[in-house]
Amino acid sequence: MTGSYTIEIPGGAAESLRVRRHRTLTLRALGADPNVAMLIYALDDPTERLNVPDTLKAQMSARIKPPMTLMSDMGRALATVTDSSLDWHDAITGHSMSEQVEAKFGPSSYAADRNARRRSARDGLLDELWKHDLGARDLHANINFFTKAVPSGDERGTLTYVPGHASERDFVTLRTEIDVLVVLSTAPHPLNPSIVWNPAGVLLEIAGSTAPGPEDPARNWRAETSRSLELAERSYL
Amino acid sequence: MSDEFELDAIVEAGDGWIGEVPAGTLFRVTDLHGNQAVDTLLYDAHDYTNRYSAMDTIREQGAAYLTTGSVLLTVNGDTLATIVDDTCGRHDTLGGACSQESNVVRYGQHTRYQHSCRSTFVRKAKEWGRGLEKRDIAHNINFFMNVPLTADGGLTFEDGVSAPGKYVELRAERDLLLLVSNCPQLNNPCNGYDPTPIRLTGRRP
Repeated sequence: MTGSYTIEIPGGAAESLRVRRHRTLTLRALGADPNVAMLIYALDDPTERLNVPDTLKAQMSARIKPPMTLMSDMGRALATVTDSSLDWHDAITGHSMSEQVEAKFGPSSYAADRNARRRSARDGLLDELWKHDLGARDLHANINFFTKAVPSGDERGTLTYVPGHASERDFVTLRTEIDVLVVLSTAPHPLNPSIVWNPAGVLLEIAGSTAPGPEDPARNWRAETSRSLELAERSYL
Repeated sequence: MSDEFELDAIVEAGDGWIGEVPAGTLFRVTDLHGNQAVDTLLYDAHDYTNRYSAMDTIREQGAAYLTTGSVLLTVNGDTLATIVDDTCGRHDTLGGACSQESNVVRYGQHTRYQHSCRSTFVRKAKEWGRGLEKRDIAHNINFFMNVPLTADGGLTFEDGVSAPGKYVELRAERDLLLLVSNCPQLNNPCNGYDPTPIRLTGRRP
């Protein structure tokens, strides 16, 4: 594929995109403490979807970073994290619900706030899922790009949100490995302690790419990562 | 849901169990022989879309492991159950359930035809009926499983912290549908490389 496009997604918004395989999808932060909650589905059968536990345990990581693949419940690499200015993206703390957003920031409505209304990630994700005939049953653990909640290593596995982990110009690039549906929200992360609603927007750039070659870092990092790429490729033979 | 409630079941290694657990009752999972992972899903018995959410539970308790005092939440933030007693000490909810496909990724093609938890989950869900199917299989709890997280972002499956006779007891805070897979995984230490039976018991307090 030649050509590319870039869209600006404001903070607090939601988006869904069909992306064919071997495209890059780059997210660039436009402000401080950005968060992009993302769900990914196989385009040909959305009951196959991003599986965060499978992704983490196969690659023995509690964080998302290059050159990990993002795996489906069927073992296929949905996408590879090919590059990022950050070495930690969260995938274990979910996304905001409407009750939490209202409790923290106060009530908000279209009538009062027009399109600056404060919407939870859940509202945005569901609005987008419904457009594709998906819904609540299809909610699963999401990735929170640009967010870090660090385990303390103690007996309870205490997690602490790290403010300031990401700022303007931080980025992450994914390469799709199969045809996918990507659903995302730019609402603030629920653990972000700020009580001021000022979610950062992101630039989202889609561009053509090529299949990962034998020297691709994802093929030469962990055997599990490489096998998830092979399973993705087999399904196109 | 009926006032009568009696639960006493042995679940053999590699088998599953599905059934309703009324609000207000206590149910216990006992690791009869030690080092046995018990993959567990919970649903609001009256609305299966209101199901256990590992990540919402982790975020709201601010900690990754489950133990006494942990409140198990749904995807909508509702309380499903509370862990009221735990002689093991901690339980995983990040490791998910093994599947034939994830076994291929983790261990290679030769493991494709081994039994797995996700096959048990889907089979039990379909047998239960009422519309429950693969889409409704969310991220589960792994009772007795030890998956330590490190401050530098590592995550590994390690030998169990459990032992014969250890148990975890939960109080149902609403009418529940309980779905259990007694894990058949042979390729990592989660079952001590020797899957063994577990016991499910339940009573009114």
